[in-house]
Amino acid sequence: MGDAGNGAKRQIKQAGLNPAGLGAPHAKMDIFLQQLINGLVLGSVYALVALGYTMVYGILELINFAHGEITMMGAMVALAVIGALAVAAPGLPGGVILLAGLAVAIPVCMALGMLIERVAYRPLRNAPRLAPLITAIGVSIILQNIAMLIWGKQYISFPAILPQGRHAVLGATISDTQIAILVLSVLIMLALIGVVQKTRLGRAMRATAQSRQVASLMGVDVNRVIASTFVIGSALAAIAGVMVSAYYGLAHYYMGFLLGLKAFSAAVLGGIGNLAGAMLGGLLLGLIESFGAGYIGDLTGGFLGSNYQDVFAFFVLIAVLVFRPSGLLGVRVVERA
Amino acid sequence: MTRHTLGLAALAVAALVAGCGDKAQQNGEHPVVLIGQVSPLTGPQAHLGKDNENGARLALDEINAAGLSLGGKNVVLEMKSEDDAADPKTATTVAQKLVDEGVAGVIGHLNSGATIPASKIYADAGIPQISPSATAVAYTASGFKTAYRVMTNDAQQGSVLGRFAVTKLGAKKIAIIDDRTAYGQGLADEVEKAAKAAGGDVVAREYTSDRATDFMAILTSIKGKAPDLVFFGGMDPQAAPMAKQMKQLGMTAKFLGGDGVQTPKFIELAGADAEGALASNPGLPLDAMPGGAAFKATFEAKYGKIQNYAPYAYDAMHVLIDAMKRADSSDPAKYLAELPKTDYQGVTGRVRFDAKGDLTGGAVTLYQVKDGKWVTLETVQSGK
Repeated sequence: MGDAGNGAKRQIKQAGLNPAGLGAPHAKMDIFLQQLINGLVLGSVYALVALGYTMVYGILELINFAHGEITMMGAMVALAVIGALAVAAPGLPGGVILLAGLAVAIPVCMALGMLIERVAYRPLRNAPRLAPLITAIGVSIILQNIAMLIWGKQYISFPAILPQGRHAVLGATISDTQIAILVLSVLIMLALIGVVQKTRLGRAMRATAQSRQVASLMGVDVNRVIASTFVIGSALAAIAGVMVSAYYGLAHYYMGFLLGLKAFSAAVLGGIGNLAGAMLGGLLLGLIESFGAGYIGDLTGGFLGSNYQDVFAFFVLIAVLVFRPSGLLGVRVVERA
Repeated sequence: MTRHTLGLAALAVAALVAGCGDKAQQNGEHPVVLIGQVSPLTGPQAHLGKDNENGARLALDEINAAGLSLGGKNVVLEMKSEDDAADPKTATTVAQKLVDEGVAGVIGHLNSGATIPASKIYADAGIPQISPSATAVAYTASGFKTAYRVMTNDAQQGSVLGRFAVTKLGAKKIAIIDDRTAYGQGLADEVEKAAKAAGGDVVAREYTSDRATDFMAILTSIKGKAPDLVFFGGMDPQAAPMAKQMKQLGMTAKFLGGDGVQTPKFIELAGADAEGALASNPGLPLDAMPGGAAFKATFEAKYGKIQNYAPYAYDAMHVLIDAMKRADSSDPAKYLAELPKTDYQGVTGRVRFDAKGDLTGGAVTLYQVKDGKWVTLETVQSGK
């Protein structure tokens, strides 16, 4: 498939300017649109998980490496409930079963987030910053192993309870699940911004992010605010976990690791500590991965294949960080929550 | 210095023990010949490991019951079964242990990843080894004179798959994806070679990892090239979401995989989207094996359901002892020369070896998912 040498070089030059315009514009438009949809869906999941990293970092300057595992726990718990319900009450509509799964997974993850904060991070609040970081990695390993003990090492399948509708849009396909993921993510992100900007809790979170000490002097119950941050982040993670397992049709005790790593990178890309940054970073990372994997082979004339998709994504991340060390929207001042 | 002396002492003891293979140990008045068996007996693949052990034991018991005479003496076979936990490091440890205990031959290991490092230890000790189920090309490619297998290797399977895709499935344009593991990539490379040789056009070669679940981007790119068939070299946890996402993208290309895909788990994970998927597995389906029905009856009466490779372990044991009979000795140095001349009609088919120790003309069977079940399509003899 690859014509090497000059041909390949010329192709890079042409294509580098306008990837969408490769070949005849109309024939490739549907592929471009499909990659856009793929990237947006993937990106909105990354964004949801990235929010959890960024919120905690904004307040505690702690990278909560266990966050990816909370996503996994959300998926596993929801699947256990969904699996049980699908057997116990086969007549129930898929949407109801899914909601029941979410209704159990979200509180479980919230409790888990609160517990982790209380047990693993609060005692180390004033310790050197490396200590809670190591604890976070420890918690992540513990959660993985707990999940492995409960649900085993096998991949668990997501029962086919959801409608499998597919819609054609200008030659590309979008499924009901993808639409649901996109709409739900946007709604949740808007709601989160509302909470942080408009409510008392949000104000307390922003105050705590600026200065924990001053906030507590002003009568803000800092411990409660931090616990709430973990709880909200964990709820988002639970939703993201269920979305991922419904979308890909499976869950696995190890799924949180890679997802967490990608979401963390997204948060850094957007500027960790910044809510809008996490959303932007998530969407961007999803798009970069999708377009990277889709076009890298054609762009380089087959010299680099899709095996470089992650390299490509992280190359972009490094490039951004070189020029903007605090991320795209990261400003090392006030509004960080 | 002390370390050296100790090492020498250990070597001396090992040499003494190793010398026992042929004669020294006694069982009543009969000399005992030790045969090693290695497979994962603990961990997630324990059910497969136990299956191999039982297959080998069944053959061993039959031979003992019939009576075995070597070098004019009646001998009794005894099996030393070891657990390698499917782990390459443990595999070398237990291989050394078996060598030290003086086994005359080894049936095993189960996994390619464990078989390959262990094969060096058996080769250094000059002990013949027959693996019932390791399929990686690298196992026999090391050139060890002691390494044999009774199952079709990945190269043979890949070439059958590539040819099948072009000639039987009529695929002109083929897209190939692999998971960058030794197995997945090796298989995909062979498929690519064979497909091209059969006149097919490989329009895309994409890559993923054995951890990935999102293939939308590479599949979309593949869709743009409108292939008739997508081949995936990898395992079921990736194949299932891949099959799902192909349907999601409205792709009509056929989906083809190797033995990593031909599993019940693939159907479970992909659900309705598994329908129509094709995959291969080395060897014959049990009910099509020449001695399949009889073996199944005997085995299941004794050990319960056959998991997968028991018939191969059974044949491997018979092939090993058959070579001893022809050499009239259980001395590895003597009967090793007989192994290349093997022509044994086993349960799984006719066993003959090529110069590398691979099965000659091994069979590959193709399956398709129909109504949520793997259905046998046809069995192809790999040309060698």
